Amino acid sequence: MSEIISRRNLLGAAAAVAAGLPMPAIAQAPPIKIGLLTVKTGPLAQVGIQMEQGTVLFLKDQSNILAGRKVELVLGDTGGNPAGAKTKAQELIERDGVDLIFGPLAAFELLAISDYVAGKKVPILSLAAAEDMTQRKPNPYFVRASATSAQAMHPLADYAAKELKYKTVMTISEDFAFGYEQMGGFQRVFEDGGGRIVRKLWPPIVTPDYTPYIAQLGGVDAVITGFAGSNPLKFMKQYKDAGLNLPVLGGEAACDDPLLKSLGDEAIGMITAAPYSSDLDTPSNKKFVAGTLRDYDNLPGLGAAGLYTNGMVAEAALEQTGGKTDDKEALIRALRGVSLTDSPRGAFHFDHFGNVVGNIFIRRCEKKDGKLVNTTIKTYPNISQFWTYDETWFLAQPVYSRDYPPVKS
Amino acid sequence: MNLWLVLAGNSIAFGGLLFLLSAGFSLIFGLMRIPNLTHGSLFMLGAYFGASLIAWGFGFWPAAIAAGIGVAILGGLIERLLLRRLPGAELAQVLVTLGLSFMIADLCLMGWGGDPIEIATPPALRGATLISTAAFPTYRLAVIAVAVVIAVGLWVLLDRTRLGAMIRAGVDDPAMARVVGIRVSRLFTIVFCLGAGLAGFAGVIGGPILSVYPGLDQDMLPLALVVVILGGSGSLVGSFVGSFVVGFLYNFGQAMLPELAYVVLFLPMLVVLVLRPQGLFGRAAA
Repeated sequence: MSEIISRRNLLGAAAAVAAGLPMPAIAQAPPIKIGLLTVKTGPLAQVGIQMEQGTVLFLKDQSNILAGRKVELVLGDTGGNPAGAKTKAQELIERDGVDLIFGPLAAFELLAISDYVAGKKVPILSLAAAEDMTQRKPNPYFVRASATSAQAMHPLADYAAKELKYKTVMTISEDFAFGYEQMGGFQRVFEDGGGRIVRKLWPPIVTPDYTPYIAQLGGVDAVITGFAGSNPLKFMKQYKDAGLNLPVLGGEAACDDPLLKSLGDEAIGMITAAPYSSDLDTPSNKKFVAGTLRDYDNLPGLGAAGLYTNGMVAEAALEQTGGKTDDKEALIRALRGVSLTDSPRGAFHFDHFGNVVGNIFIRRCEKKDGKLVNTTIKTYPNISQFWTYDETWFLAQPVYSRDYPPVKS
Repeated sequence: MNLWLVLAGNSIAFGGLLFLLSAGFSLIFGLMRIPNLTHGSLFMLGAYFGASLIAWGFGFWPAAIAAGIGVAILGGLIERLLLRRLPGAELAQVLVTLGLSFMIADLCLMGWGGDPIEIATPPALRGATLISTAAFPTYRLAVIAVAVVIAVGLWVLLDRTRLGAMIRAGVDDPAMARVVGIRVSRLFTIVFCLGAGLAGFAGVIGGPILSVYPGLDQDMLPLALVVVILGGSGSLVGSFVGSFVVGFLYNFGQAMLPELAYVVLFLPMLVVLVLRPQGLFGRAAA
């Protein structure tokens, strides 16, 4: 048996070696443990890896010390599925005894663990955008510093109706909750702004060839997309190959900054709305972007920025509690009470559901010095998940779905 | 009217790409009786090789051919070193190919990262060509041409050469082929190399349409399976016709009944399996 070294033993050994290195004497308290639920294999790995980069970079920038206490990061690879997320969340909480969880990425992962984690009273700072996590079915231990699915789509629709003066659009987005919620949010604000949604198309998440859908686009002022992962790449290329020239507007994942190096000229002119833009000129964002370029040779996007921001939220909350994590109620109160003026995404605070209220950037993809860049053309500050709607009214409506709001004929 | 033209043209182009992918799959399945579940991975690997070669300054077509050859060599190694050791154990071979597909996926993720990589369309084939009133992507027309060239080449190989005759004999009755002195095990290696090489080549050809990303393997494998089950394993005509049938079903299914796109795609497969288990052009097992 002895020659078989399990992965866990190996990690333990590595941790022991690391712990044995000379360290400055810090307070005697045991380290704060942060569990990161990420995805390192499969189609979601692209963003999962960036999440890890953002977290590691943040802790490095703080020399692994938050509020005077040493921090230990425990990684859990969910494999991008609900069962894996459940297993890893249990490991992180029961075995490693983490004080906070960062992640997971996908809504279906989060939904699989939300009740369990809330039962254990562990605060969870996730990127998952599912609307109802901070709306109709809130989790009291949940904090979201990124955005709900529709949070960036509301301003995008406002921009399309008021500044671009579009009257009619078609939407196309993946056939799953993130797509429905994005397009639903766009539709509500666009229609309230006098526009009309002519048609909504829902290709399956796995669609090697979008041409059958692209062939149905036309006769409108613009096309609204909500694609995520590697799909924007395929879609834009096939869109231009099909000879279409209608303007394309997209959601936060449709032209995420790390995708720029993979996109070709077909992306020029695309307008997207996102809660993070690497071109934001704030001290902490400049430091963050420089750090990501230095350590990972990549422009940061939603994944890395989201986790870096989570780190800043955790740090501010821990400073509030004096580095204490044992009183869970106080910790979640402190987390939700965080209000930062300088972060990679600018100033933000949280609403009483734990969802962020902050900047949404409208960006245009342009070519500068032979490279594609996203240039912010308008910033909507202080955007809440409810846009300008009354919260009570908003929550009385059904959650955005495939058929809600319905297309008016 | 335009929509129909575009859909029809695109169905043919997509069918052409599927043929490049599934011809090798069908031959391997027919000769060796292995549903080679690494086939999607070989497609993806070819695309990654191609993308890297292009990044190092190769032209598109040389890169596609080189990637095909690279993947063919890898296929030969898989057959020689792994599958060869499990003769007759079909379940074990299937499991080996499945395990390999997961390993290749992880290695690709390590080697090329998680970001999707775009393979640029060759400059001469960019843009759209007008066919009657419909604008049609020029590159896709080229894909159709390539598929036809490869199909003719394979037909000549299988129907007009000694090697082809031996392969056909092996497909029809491996035991009898051995008896008459054909080295079926060597055929296995040749066919596996050929099938793998075609998959790798198809990966690069598909690159400008699909791009390369983690998960591409799992997207393509089911389509290859449908083609081969529809057309019949080991039959070149079967995979040719099957590819275009699937191309049409896929395109029109998604455009007309998007909610049922997969039902439209897989239902005919089920019907064929029930009514004609050997596939449309396959020969019934003796």
